[in-house]
Amino acid sequence: MDGELILGRLRERFGPAVLETGSDRGDHTAVLERGVLAEALGFCKADPALAFEMLIDLTAVDYLRFPGREDGPRFEVVYHLYSLRHNHRLRLKVRVEEDDAVVPSAVPLWPIANWLEREVWDMFGIRFEGHPDLRRLLMYEGFEGHPLRKDYPVDRRQPLIGPRN
Amino acid sequence: MGVGDFFTTRLDQAIGWARKYSIFQYPFVTACCGMEYMATACSHYDVDRFGAGLARFSPRQADVLFVVGTISHKMAPVLKRVYDQMCEPKWVVAFGVCTCTGGFYDNYATVMGIDTIIPVDVYIPGCPPRPESVLDGLMKLQDRIAAGVQRY
Repeated sequence: MDGELILGRLRERFGPAVLETGSDRGDHTAVLERGVLAEALGFCKADPALAFEMLIDLTAVDYLRFPGREDGPRFEVVYHLYSLRHNHRLRLKVRVEEDDAVVPSAVPLWPIANWLEREVWDMFGIRFEGHPDLRRLLMYEGFEGHPLRKDYPVDRRQPLIGPRN
Repeated sequence: MGVGDFFTTRLDQAIGWARKYSIFQYPFVTACCGMEYMATACSHYDVDRFGAGLARFSPRQADVLFVVGTISHKMAPVLKRVYDQMCEPKWVVAFGVCTCTGGFYDNYATVMGIDTIIPVDVYIPGCPPRPESVLDGLMKLQDRIAAGVQRY
């Protein structure tokens, strides 16, 4: 299915909850409202014309002090979907504020989301509601803060053993 | 010099000579430097010429710890424990610039040189070091072993 048709199908189904759509070099992106995210992900997987059986990647971006986005929501959670049946792809984004950084979990749809969401929680501090076991994935127990946040001090060290800075 | 002195110094030298050609190494390989370590260990450069051909994957059987690759803060306690489990006499080689100083990593995750955790005898810088420099480092280590110098 052509990318524009995928975006059109999402717009037709979710209307104004699709905040933006765009295409760049053959990649098609839709920005969704958080309220419809869980439903939209389920629709992407279940709809026979879309049939996104595979969650390729789930990550986040911190737009703190990003030129042109100073006023907008701080974080963006990004989903990359792929359909094995139709050989097409889609990128979904959802924007969240810093003081309300919660997104519904995608684990019921794609089990791979378990570790991906744990990584996003670890690195960015975005919580996933309904996740079965939201612990840190990469950093260790007792690590304070979320190191990929733009306001994590670049020289802050939290060693388990050895000298502290 | 009495006969006894002569005998003990000669004995030390003989032991040092024997030790430097029977290096049982523990390769603590965590990152890309491991490929260069394998290249050095295989037949083309042939680390076995220096008596270091038998890698032991148990710290209890090893006397040289090769730390090959970036050590993260999460890995640091493991490295320390492996080092502590080795029997004396023991030596440590920091293989690659990440183990020597942290290399180009200067972030929340990376140990800035393993000598902040365990004592290091020989540093082999490079990203990754060429097999020639590894062999050079190995020969420097042999000199230290033969002389009975160690930092544990």
